[in-house]
Amino acid sequence: MSIFVDETTTVVIQGVSPTSQGLYHGLRNRAYGTKVVAGTNPKRGGEEIEGIPVFATVAEAVQATGAVASFISVPPPHAAAAILEAAEAGIGFIVCITEGIPAQDEAVTYNRLVEEHPATRLLGPNCPGIISPGKCNIGITSGDIALPGGPVGIVSRSGTLTYQALHELSQQGVGQTTCVGIGGDPVPGTNFIDCLSAFEADPDTKAVMMIGEIGGSEEERAAEYIAEHMTKPVVCYVAGVTAPPGRKMGHAGAIISGSQGTAQAKMEALTAAGAVVAQNPTEAGVRMVEIVKELG
Amino acid sequence: MDLFEYQGKQYFARFSIPTSPGGVADTVTEAVAQADAAGYPVVVKAQVKVGGRGKAGGIKLAADADEVRRHAGAILGMDIKGHVVHRLWVEHASDIDKEYYASFTLDRPAKKHLGMLSREGGVEIEEVARTNPGAIARLHVDPVRGLDREAARRWVEEAGLDEAARDQAADLLVALYRCYTEGDCDLAEINPLILTTDGRVHALDAKVTLDDNATFRHPEWAEYAATETEDPRERMAKEKGLNYIGLSGTVGIIANGAGLAMSTLDVVNQVGGEAANFLDVGGGANADVMSAALEVINADPSVRSIFVNIFGGITRVDEVAKGVIEALGRVDLRSPIVLRLDGTNAEEGRSLLAPHLSDRLLAEPTMLEAARRAVALAGQRSEERA
Repeated sequence: MSIFVDETTTVVIQGVSPTSQGLYHGLRNRAYGTKVVAGTNPKRGGEEIEGIPVFATVAEAVQATGAVASFISVPPPHAAAAILEAAEAGIGFIVCITEGIPAQDEAVTYNRLVEEHPATRLLGPNCPGIISPGKCNIGITSGDIALPGGPVGIVSRSGTLTYQALHELSQQGVGQTTCVGIGGDPVPGTNFIDCLSAFEADPDTKAVMMIGEIGGSEEERAAEYIAEHMTKPVVCYVAGVTAPPGRKMGHAGAIISGSQGTAQAKMEALTAAGAVVAQNPTEAGVRMVEIVKELG
Repeated sequence: MDLFEYQGKQYFARFSIPTSPGGVADTVTEAVAQADAAGYPVVVKAQVKVGGRGKAGGIKLAADADEVRRHAGAILGMDIKGHVVHRLWVEHASDIDKEYYASFTLDRPAKKHLGMLSREGGVEIEEVARTNPGAIARLHVDPVRGLDREAARRWVEEAGLDEAARDQAADLLVALYRCYTEGDCDLAEINPLILTTDGRVHALDAKVTLDDNATFRHPEWAEYAATETEDPRERMAKEKGLNYIGLSGTVGIIANGAGLAMSTLDVVNQVGGEAANFLDVGGGANADVMSAALEVINADPSVRSIFVNIFGGITRVDEVAKGVIEALGRVDLRSPIVLRLDGTNAEEGRSLLAPHLSDRLLAEPTMLEAARRAVALAGQRSEERA
């Protein structure tokens, strides 16, 4: 099994034109085997691009194709509206990879989703997306580096570190059930705990790799969850031990302010919660391979 | 982007948040002119983006033009915790009755805006939070609903602000919330927010951090960007559109992805080195981006070796390798490069690089080994220079 998406997930790409990022990534996802059933573009309703039927709105796309998930990579000024359009059309799982959405827009969008569309899950923004190897890939993760069959679930705040984690495991012959990139922004739609609980409930996931970074307190909250609810082993890595306070390290959410959000505090909380905490991504991979071998 | 106090006050003025009359001065003569306009007595304040200005002697009261001349002359050029003062803010000195604190920021775990209001202002709010947490009235504001006047009025009462300040403070807080939301701030903080002896409430200081992601809808921010950073390396990187932060070590870092770049800094540190910078080249590590990145790092005199750490996802490693080779033809590097290229098409990338490898361009199979090599090279070169 997998979490959030599987081989039955049908996807609408929001914002398709012959030159759009959405189409580029959507075609890659389709080539991987994802069921890309529709695209949207207010000016191109009724057209077909690369075999993808295009609708003016997400609502029309859902009505015609029954799409259950959407993929958004539109530019930041339009991303919040695109997310809400998808939710209003009844989409249950929205993946938004757009980087650079203003925090105020994210805060409003998140709270509107919670209040008006509680059944909709948003993944991202500013994330690489989600891949259930061999089944479904929505986003920009390269399918080549993922290995189907489990037993490891991955959840990460960072894009390239997610790829690194997939690669470390796949090279050792250890597969993944699902790999979720939750993104590096201050108000992510899906957080560590959402993913940890889904992995805990997924019978095929036997262990979880969690990759955090500086800023906020999501890792600390995840540590509490791990201590109280996780029966499956968790291997963690937190990036940014050497990051200076007060400087955003690339991601809008990756900033140490005062004594809040340091990598050290996060690693200590995770260690105290019983998670295996590695000092670098390679070590995290090695530790996970050992754990999987022990699980048999 | 952090604003200087004077920029914060100018930003506040856009949202009708009252401040003291004053102006900016880059010279002693300008300082006197601003003081004459504001009306004596005045306060002469160093404009640096660091706390503790007062203790460092960067804030002085002046009763007349002679005193302004003396203080302005002493403060301009002063070094406050590594920040050199190039600009002053000169404003009319207020007769302070009470000092409060007010701020808005995002409470990330709660996913709501958090307002903090205290009748104990003028000191570090962290200090108040530690010694007297009951003195801070916290208010979560739903980003969808916003903050209305009634809620602000109740909040002011709850915080125990003086009766004489309450109505004006409620209006000011509504304006500050608008500044924070419509003005796309990560932080809008007033410390102290004062009640004057003649019963007026206004902002005596302004600490504003703007959300860089909202730059596209704020053309007025262009003037702030021009004064954003003093670090010449960061200025150069910004001109080239790179995501760069200057640090104090000797190993130049280029990586793709913020997480991997952060992790690269950590690994360099783990093997005994220190990074000279954070640099995320993002998804498209082509020849142009690589050249720009190498140029910025090459311009940093403290760099002794360069560690390029790329994990190819959508960006294929063979494309990155071509980019590196082409960039090397364009930039005359002072330091050796250690490459770690992995991910999609890594084999193809490594074969492309093979004929170019030398004691100036080395390749290592893993991040850890590459970090060790880069740190060793940086150490060696430091010793050679010593």
